[in-house]
Amino acid sequence: MTQRPPDPSAADPSVADSPTLLPPAISVEALTKRFDTPGGVVTAVDSVAFRVARGSVTGLLGGNGAGKTTTISMLLGVLVPTAGRVEILGVDMARHRHAVLARMNFSSPYVELPHRLTVQENLTVYGHLYGLTCVKKRVRDLADQLDLARFLNRPSGGLSAGQKTRVALAKALLNEPEVLLLDEPTASLDPDTADWIRRYLEAYRARTGATILLASHNMPEVERLCDDVLVMRRGRVVDQGAPSDLLARYGRATLEEVFLDIARAGTGPVGRDGLDGSTGGPHP
Amino acid sequence: MVLRYWYLLRGSWPRLLELAYWPTVQMILWGYINQFMATSSGWVAQGGGVLVSAVLLWDVLFRGQLGVSISFLEEMWSRNLGHLFVSPLRPGEWLLSLMAMSLLRTLLGVIPAALLALPFFGYSVFGLGLPLLLFFANLILMGWSLGLVIIALILRYGMGAEGLAWIVTFMLAPVSAVYYPVSVLPGWLQAVAWALPSAHVFEGLRAVVYDGAMRWDHLAWAVGLNALYMAAAVGVFLYGFHRARVRGALLQTGE
Ligand SMILES: Nc1ncnc2c1ncn2[C@@H]1O[C@H](COP(=O)(O)OP(=O)(O)OP(=O)(O)O)[C@@H](O)[C@H]1O
Ligand SMILES: [Mg+2]
Repeated sequence: MTQRPPDPSAADPSVADSPTLLPPAISVEALTKRFDTPGGVVTAVDSVAFRVARGSVTGLLGGNGAGKTTTISMLLGVLVPTAGRVEILGVDMARHRHAVLARMNFSSPYVELPHRLTVQENLTVYGHLYGLTCVKKRVRDLADQLDLARFLNRPSGGLSAGQKTRVALAKALLNEPEVLLLDEPTASLDPDTADWIRRYLEAYRARTGATILLASHNMPEVERLCDDVLVMRRGRVVDQGAPSDLLARYGRATLEEVFLDIARAGTGPVGRDGLDGSTGGPHP
Repeated sequence: MVLRYWYLLRGSWPRLLELAYWPTVQMILWGYINQFMATSSGWVAQGGGVLVSAVLLWDVLFRGQLGVSISFLEEMWSRNLGHLFVSPLRPGEWLLSLMAMSLLRTLLGVIPAALLALPFFGYSVFGLGLPLLLFFANLILMGWSLGLVIIALILRYGMGAEGLAWIVTFMLAPVSAVYYPVSVLPGWLQAVAWALPSAHVFEGLRAVVYDGAMRWDHLAWAVGLNALYMAAAVGVFLYGFHRARVRGALLQTGE
């Protein structure tokens, strides 16, 4: 594919250094993933294309099974796409992912750290894997910042869901990633902690100019954090824009209403957002 | 840098004990069998401690394989594979760390047992000298190959294949001719045996114990076969790994 000029609407004006000279943080073209399952072929992601500007916070929305996690997995390179192309920081993930993995990181409450190791040990291991020079100091700093000092010497497996989420976030920040991918970063956090994490992410972005892509089911969170929003349905990106643009376009007051509009568009009450169409109501 | 599996081990004394437990119990068991048979069988009597050496070396193969498989299973159990493979860790480096851990586990397991053979039976495997080192290296290599193939199978068939980690090596015991010469096997099984590095190692062991001679031909066979199997195993491992990335198995493994 030839280089197209970056989409001006995706560029974030709040970033001072000119992002136009650099390739976008994330660039995805015709990305498709089909899974062979016993029940037939499932198209989890269906020729998706989008760009994420450097230094932006982009939200990935969509109902359960819309393909968010699958998309993130392909961005990370842990999942091989059926077709299409992923570039992170200008690097082709299919060919040279090891060149860029050290500059990105990821956290998800659904992927865990070894249970029997203490938080400190886990973070230290990953610190080394990411090739940090002062692992000890970095772990201590992060523990202070994320208020983990009390858990450092406890086995990771014995923490509550919310505590684990914070540890996972600490792991994701170890290498000060330029590109941070978060799958539901505030799932299972209490409102106070979730808010605190959001502020932390905002501050992190402001300080480092990092790019953040986050999948979330929390609309107020997306409204508050994100400069840009990608809405997925049945494996496709069905809309993209700044939260304010989306609100204006759909004539709605909240992103939640926009989400419902999009999720229900043309599908009627059954087989709403999922691919399989078997899911009844929204998941709790 | 990648050897941090050590934490896993260090963190649990019971596991360390467990590592040394089986080799020791086996060693004692076979030591007494050895002693008893020495009184009734000329063959065993002539080769002092042949069974003790055999059981210890057999454990090298078993531990070698288990060490690789278990370190991998620990990642599976803790659903950590996803994090591991979004880090800059390369599969090759990971492989080396698995092998290093396996070596450590094997040494921790087998050396105490080998040392205990001294007070129990006044027998030292270390008396075998350089051949011991060569036997050890060949058996652990074969263990690693097996371990890698088992990992590939677990990646493919999920935790259902987990049990393989414990049984595959045992299935090879009869044809590896650990405690008896290959010549007692029926013809067709002999053919199978000679295709295994382990059979060559144990045959070589008996040659050293009985004739005091190093059978370089057996060693060469063992090394050659090992090279072949290792190359194949690494190939299978990398392929299994690639397939797991296609099927999305890395992010959702676990129970
Ligand atoms: N490894 C896999 N094998 C088979 N099908 C899969 C696999 N991973 C995901 N899918 C299917 O792909 C579709 C998209 O799943 P995905 O996990 O990306 O959704 P999601 O948007 O993250 O949903 P949620 O909001 O529930 O987290 C679903 O229909 C799911 O069943
Ligand atoms: Mg998901």
